[in-house]
Amino acid sequence: MIWLLLLCIGIITYATRLSFIMLFGKIEMPPLLLRILHYVPMTVLTSIVLVQLFLPKNTLDLSHSNPRWIAGLIAAIVAWRTRNIFITILIGMVALWSLQLLLRL
Amino acid sequence: MLPILMGVMPFGMIYGVSARSAVTPTIAAQAMSFIVFAGSAQFLTVQLISAGVPAGVIIATACIVNLRHALYSASLAPYLKRLRTGWRMLLAYVLVDEVYALVITHYQQRDESTHKHWYFLGAGLTLWATWQISTAIGILLGAYIPASWALDFTLPLTFIALVVPNLKRRADTLAAATAGVVAVLAAHLPFNSGLLVATFIGIILGMSIEVISKTTHQRSHNNPASADRIAPPLVGDSHPQSPENPSENPTRQTREEGTPS
Repeated sequence: MIWLLLLCIGIITYATRLSFIMLFGKIEMPPLLLRILHYVPMTVLTSIVLVQLFLPKNTLDLSHSNPRWIAGLIAAIVAWRTRNIFITILIGMVALWSLQLLLRL
Repeated sequence: MLPILMGVMPFGMIYGVSARSAVTPTIAAQAMSFIVFAGSAQFLTVQLISAGVPAGVIIATACIVNLRHALYSASLAPYLKRLRTGWRMLLAYVLVDEVYALVITHYQQRDESTHKHWYFLGAGLTLWATWQISTAIGILLGAYIPASWALDFTLPLTFIALVVPNLKRRADTLAAATAGVVAVLAAHLPFNSGLLVATFIGIILGMSIEVISKTTHQRSHNNPASADRIAPPLVGDSHPQSPENPSENPTRQTREEGTPS
């Protein structure tokens, strides 16, 4: 029974990922759709990030005792100024660890 | 790539720990990483199994949680349409959140490399292997990385580093910001559907800003009454000199003004 369940979920997941990749090889895409798709990466990824920053324990936390959104904001500024992935991640992690330490004092 | 792997490891291990107690036989817990290979869907499935939820509900839930993968699929499809079927079937299997974030950024860079599908495959297989190993460690040994290290935080940081430099226009920034705010407000909608709602609102906003800025830009040349006809030329953004552009085609403009809409 567990195997059947896993197989169903696996097939559905794979079919979802394959859907448009397969479809668009066969049909011509309307240019309007391309304009819409331009917004997919920034909107999806920003949504994923902000939920992780502002709901660290599944509840909304906008206070200064939530170091994640502050570190995330610092990282966003670094990313905007430097456009460098490694510096962004490095400063973001250092910011998070520093804020965690400060909160424990 | 490395920070993403560091972020994925704790997730995989925590999945392994929770799956170990919820899924019998234990081998099925690891098999799920092979068969499904989707972090959030696997977490949710394990939670629902241990809560004794009927299989039909679990499958329906996994469906909705995975809907964002259809967006990824559509978003990458234009770049993959020249690949052979076998390649596309292989790449679809490794299309998870983290791989999407890396690969779409790579494809959007304006260079003429024709080997970007190899980058896609490399990123996908590396992430796949890391996921398999980390869930196996979680199942066999438990999670040993202290929570205070917060290694999972490298994932949102990587996404920030990939997205922020690509917000080049005002429409991009506003679309992304709006989607993010909606996602936070809608985070408790069932089945992770807040993410989809947020994405669609962000896209609609971005498209609207494009149309509005186009309209105000052309108002000096255009009769305001024909503003609602501006939407189609927007599509031809890449070739503004085309004769389809109404502002450069006075004959057509005059003809259209007399037509009741």
